[in-house]
Amino acid sequence: MIEAINLNKNFGKLRVLNNVSFSSANGECIALIGPNGCGKTTLIKCLLGMVVPDSGTLKFKNENIANGWQYRSQIGYMPQIGRYPENMKIGQVMEMLADIRASVHQVDEDLINAFALKKLYHKRMGNLSGGTMQKVSASIAFMFNPEALILDEPTAGLDPVAAEILKEKILTEKAKGKLFLITSHILSELDDIVSHIVYMQDGSIIFYKPINELKNEVGETKLTKAIAHFMNNTTT
Amino acid sequence: MSKIIKYILLDILRNKIVVAYTLFLLAISLTVFSLEDTPQKGLLSLLNLILFIVPLVSIIFSTIYIYNSSEFIELLVSQPLKRNSIWFSLFGGLAGALTLAFIIGAGLPTLIFEHSTTGGAMVLMGALITIIFVAIAMLATVKTRDKAKGIGLAILLWLYFSLVFDGLVLFLLFQFADYPIEKVMVGVSALNPIDLGRILILLKMDVSALMGYTGAIFKDFFGTQKGYIISVIVLVLWIVLPFGYSIKKFNHKDL
Repeated sequence: MIEAINLNKNFGKLRVLNNVSFSSANGECIALIGPNGCGKTTLIKCLLGMVVPDSGTLKFKNENIANGWQYRSQIGYMPQIGRYPENMKIGQVMEMLADIRASVHQVDEDLINAFALKKLYHKRMGNLSGGTMQKVSASIAFMFNPEALILDEPTAGLDPVAAEILKEKILTEKAKGKLFLITSHILSELDDIVSHIVYMQDGSIIFYKPINELKNEVGETKLTKAIAHFMNNTTT
Repeated sequence: MSKIIKYILLDILRNKIVVAYTLFLLAISLTVFSLEDTPQKGLLSLLNLILFIVPLVSIIFSTIYIYNSSEFIELLVSQPLKRNSIWFSLFGGLAGALTLAFIIGAGLPTLIFEHSTTGGAMVLMGALITIIFVAIAMLATVKTRDKAKGIGLAILLWLYFSLVFDGLVLFLLFQFADYPIEKVMVGVSALNPIDLGRILILLKMDVSALMGYTGAIFKDFFGTQKGYIISVIVLVLWIVLPFGYSIKKFNHKDL
């Protein structure tokens, strides 16, 4: 569903994406992992059209997304650090987004209800705690039944109960055949969710493999250990 | 697009500064008109105040507002919306709110006290100058990432258009006093929307008789219907060019 061909991006002299190519299909749940500053967030922002790549093509459902915008109605995005207009209330943000995406009639309010956000609708975004902000971001990402979901560090800042709710939601949506792209540093959490691993380093994709294949290769059953094994091998 | 403009307008109105600006303009124009003995004199004083305050408030408020909306812009960009329409809405919201403030604050009193073509021309000019400086602010913000730098740039631009430019023109006039540069001055005035606006209004008043030979040349050009239309077109270009360039930049900007 998502395809990248020779993506390049420089921020000044810094090369953030270096010939990144991959393609992923429906129903995959991809973990995008790698050390800090390896270009994960930039890659995600390219997919969302927030960062314009210097060269290369990105396709969503076989359509080039450069200058496109309609495709974003099929993507739910949960940013690493939610940034919302500070003097808007949660309720107003939700209302505005629903207004912008008026074409979606069936609004998925599962997460809003599970996080009991409606009680907080009168609070201003500027006064929210980091965790509540994450809950809002997660609810927004799932709200419009998108076909692909991009979650950037979804559980960072969430309390264990909320993290569990989110994980459950990811599993139910994954069963419906949606594509997930998740970045996280907490590998143990990804263990029972993801089906594929993309490992990035210094702006390049080192490998893109199904999780079972990776585990077999390195002879470990836990994702944490498998990746640690891999990281050690590449650094030494 | 109209949906986003609606949210931006609501947001600007919730932020009380624009309301305060309206009341401030209203206070100034009512005071000026009631202090001077004839409305014409009042109009002249008001013109000078407006050409000073309106560009300042328009450019500074817009710059700060756009920087403060960076989160909002990021949120909108990740939604199924065209970047063009996001930027247009921002422009529309700002220009709309500030023009409305100007028309209520200064336009209505002017039209009440001095309902002549001169008064009408001044309201039109004030509205155009407001929109021009919103457009310039949008260009300044899209070019600089850093907030402090961007606001500094906006202040410098305002200083340039309201003070430095006039100084440069005076310098030119004195240096080339021996040459017939009056016609050139007509062209030079197109380079500053504030000056262009001022000349257009002044020439509609009787005071233009005091401006000497240059004034006569100006009157020859700006006093005619053709000159007036050309000047308004130049003012519109002052909106279209900065904004058009800013939208081009915004479409390729990394957020």
